[in-house]
Amino acid sequence: MRALIAKHKRRDVLFALLGLLALMIGILTFAALFVDMALRGFGRLDLDFFTSFPSRHAGQAGILSAWVGSTLVMAVTAAFAVPLGVAAGVYLEEYARKNWVTDLIEINITNLAGVPSIVYGLLALGLFVYQFGLGQSILSAGLTLALLILPVVIVATREAIRSIPQIIREGSYALGATRWQTVRYHILPYSSAGILTGIIIGMARAIGETAPIITIGALTFIAFLPPAPLQAEPPYLSFEWLLSPFTVMPIQMFNWTSRPEAAFQANAAAAGFVLVAMTLAMNALAIWLRYRLRRNIKW
Amino acid sequence: MVNDLPATQLAAKAEVSALSFYYGDFQALKHISMPVHERKVTALIGPSGCGKSTFLRCFNRMHDLYPGNRYDGRIVLQPDNTDLLSRDVDPIEVRMRIGMVFQKPNPFPKSIFENVAYGLRVRGEGSRRALEEKVEQALEDAALLDEVKDRLHQPAYNLSGGQQQRLCIARALATDPELLLFDEPTSALDPIATAAIEELIHDLKERVTILIVTHNMQQAARVSDFTAYMYLGELIEFGVTDELFIKPQMKQTEDYITGRFG
Repeated sequence: MRALIAKHKRRDVLFALLGLLALMIGILTFAALFVDMALRGFGRLDLDFFTSFPSRHAGQAGILSAWVGSTLVMAVTAAFAVPLGVAAGVYLEEYARKNWVTDLIEINITNLAGVPSIVYGLLALGLFVYQFGLGQSILSAGLTLALLILPVVIVATREAIRSIPQIIREGSYALGATRWQTVRYHILPYSSAGILTGIIIGMARAIGETAPIITIGALTFIAFLPPAPLQAEPPYLSFEWLLSPFTVMPIQMFNWTSRPEAAFQANAAAAGFVLVAMTLAMNALAIWLRYRLRRNIKW
Repeated sequence: MVNDLPATQLAAKAEVSALSFYYGDFQALKHISMPVHERKVTALIGPSGCGKSTFLRCFNRMHDLYPGNRYDGRIVLQPDNTDLLSRDVDPIEVRMRIGMVFQKPNPFPKSIFENVAYGLRVRGEGSRRALEEKVEQALEDAALLDEVKDRLHQPAYNLSGGQQQRLCIARALATDPELLLFDEPTSALDPIATAAIEELIHDLKERVTILIVTHNMQQAARVSDFTAYMYLGELIEFGVTDELFIKPQMKQTEDYITGRFG
């Protein structure tokens, strides 16, 4: 019998090793890429790199217009994807009747999450850029990426809402609450951790998207910033920046990679490093927020 | 069958007549008729699956939350003769008049204060002072105030199971319900917490009519004035608790309460 147990345990060890190997292949590949990029780009990472416009001279080129563009595009993306996605998710979970129509919608949302991003780019080119006449602007890009991550936000919202026990809803309804009161006082607060995590993960995906942004015609070389959203004179707020041309981090990076001069490769590596760092920071924020918000929620 | 009732002044808080209930095609309740007497405790007993919880949840239209459910018959609430099951009566209005305590304590993941205040907030009570007063009174009525008065703003899940259930009772009491439904309120609790809840139910009947589902016959005998025995969706017997337990009229009831089945 002992021999049998020992034999079975050897298989245990074997599988554990295989699993570890599989895991390491994934992690080490990423780590190697990241470290290589960091080493090659490290020499370029200084304050000037963040405050300079792109230039024909690799040594003077920076990512100012790219990171400002990325930040503004992300702001537009969030402004549209979050309310739409959360509202759609809440509607599907708490309001919609469960029948074949909602099943169909559900399948389609899942499918939308798998549509190649270039397709969204083509849609946006026809719809936002030409049909709506928004041009090759920050607004067009933000709307495109919002469409792209909408399924992610909807799915995350639904998952988060589904994890709320039914007995909590019943407790609320039993006190005479309406659907909206239940959503407002219970469903949204208790699912906010999951929803926020979904939003941030969607945003982390959006910030690295290149194809749809190129499709709608973002510039690859831009040496000015969009008009500032805040102004010294009334009405203080300005939305001109929404219609301004722009570039984003991955496009800047792509532009530099395609240059023949080796010096630009270092720039590309440095920009890549910054982009990955931004993505990782967003994911870290998601984890932290989830931990913070879930701390006070138990059932 | 409904036993002969004592001729003392019993006012009906609710009158169930010919109530049937369907989950889709499945008929879960069959033609139930019985009274619920005002300021008395009425217990619903019967084996698992007999429909007692389904019956209880008709009173606050809980079944309306799910698709495919259908009521037939009437539950008329006094003093205003409102048919709770009527299509013209908003389930929200019904739930504002009739409170409910669930099988498993279900405090909201909020503070003790916010839990009790919730029903009042739903009714639009915005004054901090009024909220504080009513929350305190409800906690007092649920025999919980002494244990929690120093930590009203701490999370409710820090309370023990029995305290959580009394919190849920306080939450239901805060809005002055006319009828209070208990769905096996002690089945998740230890004997000491159970005794505390039973005592509370006994005290509460001074001011509110109580309908309680229990799978524990001793509990029914201890806390209730009237008992209804249900089996397979039918009301087999309804009567004064003492009489029903000592000399049941129906053979099935006798078999159940003497433990021969169920």
